[in-house]
Amino acid sequence: MGKGANSAGFGGRPGGWRVLKRNGAAMVGLFFLVGLTGVAVVVPWLLPEVLKETSSGTFLPPMAVGGADGVRHWLGTDVNGQDLLYRVVSGARVSLGVGIAGALISLVVGTVYGMVSGFAGGRVDALMMRALDVIYSVPRILFIMIFIAALDPYLKDWLDALRLGAQGRGWLWVEGRVNGIIPYSRILVMIVSLGLVEWLTMARIVRGQVLVLRETTFVTAARAMGQRPWVILRRHLLPNLATVILTYLTLTIPAVVLDESFLSFLGLGIEAPAASWGSLLKDGAQAINPLESKWWLLVFPAGMMSMTLLALNFLGDGLRDAFDPKGGE
Amino acid sequence: MLGELRLMKGGAQGVKSGKGVTCAGGGAGSGWEVNFEFLTTRMVGFLFRRFLSSLVVLWLAASITFVMMRSIKGGPFESEKGTAAAQAVKLARYKLDGSLWEQYAAYMGSLARFDLGESTKYLNWSVAELLGQKLPNSILLGGVAFLIASVGGVLLGGAAAVRQNSVVDRAAMFGALAAISIPTFVTGPALIAVFALGLGWLPVGGWGRWEQIVLPAVCLAAPYLAYVARLMRNSLLDVLKSDFLRTAKAKGLGTVEAVARHAVKVAILPVVTFLGPLAANLLTGSMVVESVFNLPGAGMIFVNSIQNRDVFLLGGAVIVYCALLLVFNFIVDLLYGVLDKRIRLNG
Repeated sequence: MGKGANSAGFGGRPGGWRVLKRNGAAMVGLFFLVGLTGVAVVVPWLLPEVLKETSSGTFLPPMAVGGADGVRHWLGTDVNGQDLLYRVVSGARVSLGVGIAGALISLVVGTVYGMVSGFAGGRVDALMMRALDVIYSVPRILFIMIFIAALDPYLKDWLDALRLGAQGRGWLWVEGRVNGIIPYSRILVMIVSLGLVEWLTMARIVRGQVLVLRETTFVTAARAMGQRPWVILRRHLLPNLATVILTYLTLTIPAVVLDESFLSFLGLGIEAPAASWGSLLKDGAQAINPLESKWWLLVFPAGMMSMTLLALNFLGDGLRDAFDPKGGE
Repeated sequence: MLGELRLMKGGAQGVKSGKGVTCAGGGAGSGWEVNFEFLTTRMVGFLFRRFLSSLVVLWLAASITFVMMRSIKGGPFESEKGTAAAQAVKLARYKLDGSLWEQYAAYMGSLARFDLGESTKYLNWSVAELLGQKLPNSILLGGVAFLIASVGGVLLGGAAAVRQNSVVDRAAMFGALAAISIPTFVTGPALIAVFALGLGWLPVGGWGRWEQIVLPAVCLAAPYLAYVARLMRNSLLDVLKSDFLRTAKAKGLGTVEAVARHAVKVAILPVVTFLGPLAANLLTGSMVVESVFNLPGAGMIFVNSIQNRDVFLLGGAVIVYCALLLVFNFIVDLLYGVLDKRIRLNG
């Protein structure tokens, strides 16, 4: 049972939100994430345009004032003389965006898979769970690498064709949009392939819940009234699964963020000029040597990333304790 | 309320037993003696089915890799200087000309003869030779990390559960969550900075002596040690509440002895289930650790061969990795069947 079971005001177990509010670490994590999201959305707009471009002031330490433009670089600059604060904050946009989008895709796949498997039961269930075990024990990230390398050029070509087509017809708005997407095309492929990989835990959890729910009387009643399986799944089971799904969504986001940074660190993820925390860390690791320590290139992205993942995991754990007390690992 | 919770717990056990085994109900096992009853015709059937399904998985992995790699834009020789005719000659040498189907058939034919082919990037090197040179290093690193993660995780999680809600427990669980959250390419440089550059206890890099394995292995093992510790803690906490443990204490055993003799062998089952995925994660995780510590392992083979379009080297590496993991999972399943008497194998 959850922590608050004994101290409930009116005898029963307190509601999930009340349990969550008493969990200090989870609330700190929640506030940190809200603040970070705000910063990631707002700050890139507020920074002066000079900061966002490359400059001659390479490898300036934190707080230094840039040579030609005379602006202060709070977190220093990188190999191209770009402001690290801007890079870290726009990296947060990419990393969090990939995490959330990938986790949402995994939510859809995992929920459908788990619900079908749990509700079908018997041989179908056994087969689907066996398949899940096999995928669990295969080095999935390798296949993601291959997928990204194989599919990205095709998407780029397709986007290019779209851009040229829009140009030919004089659709300025479409052209501008597509132009903006092209540097991020690899991220799109990455989001989809990561989402298609990180659904395994979600599927297991949902299946476990459905196995319990399908034996309940209201499902039997719905069946007796002749409702079709799909309708029962959607109308009766899905609402009962909502909190569990949301809880594990919070725990999937850090996993996807970590996978993305893993790929970017190895140079197979995001491409310059776009940046994510993983690619910033890769650049930082390349610039570092024993003679001249450019510590800020590693410390700031690493600190931001670690704090974010810690906050997400604390929040996810807190949500799980609050809404799925028996679901711990 | 209680009934509902009990139902939920049943559901959770159903999830745990999804590992290619079925739960036949009944009480918890109560002895270390190994039961060899399972070595019967059912066992032979299990082995046979498992062998077939492993072959199917390997075939799928090899096929996906080959087809994807051959549909990537840019062939293996396009970055080299040379006329189109010279490239065509090279493609023909490696049987990479003709339709995709013909190439695939040729590759499958050579795989069926246990021939992984030749690298297209490194002239006159066979894939088997390249893997034979690099893979032992990765396996050594992964094996040491595996021991650290499983043994350390079980001990840490056990200590945290026995002293639930104490300082030890809270510190261990906070540390575990931090270790899960911080990626290895952050902990790696941090460990180097502290233990190699700062304190000077261990070498910065290199490979060959045992001191040089310590930092990379710890770095690779840390997040999984944390995961195992959380798994062990939660499962041991469940077991500590059970009746048979109260009986053990009632007959006069101390807490530590009761846990060591009776609780651990039940509580360890979820950890055993996790050993398979753990091995998979350690093998892929070693890619980053190898690049951070500059080790001569197999991890960079994947990255480089994708970038070089070295289809046979990549295919061979994928097949060998998958085969290693399938064998390992098979051993884990057998181990699970031996440890948990409620389990009947039906792969």
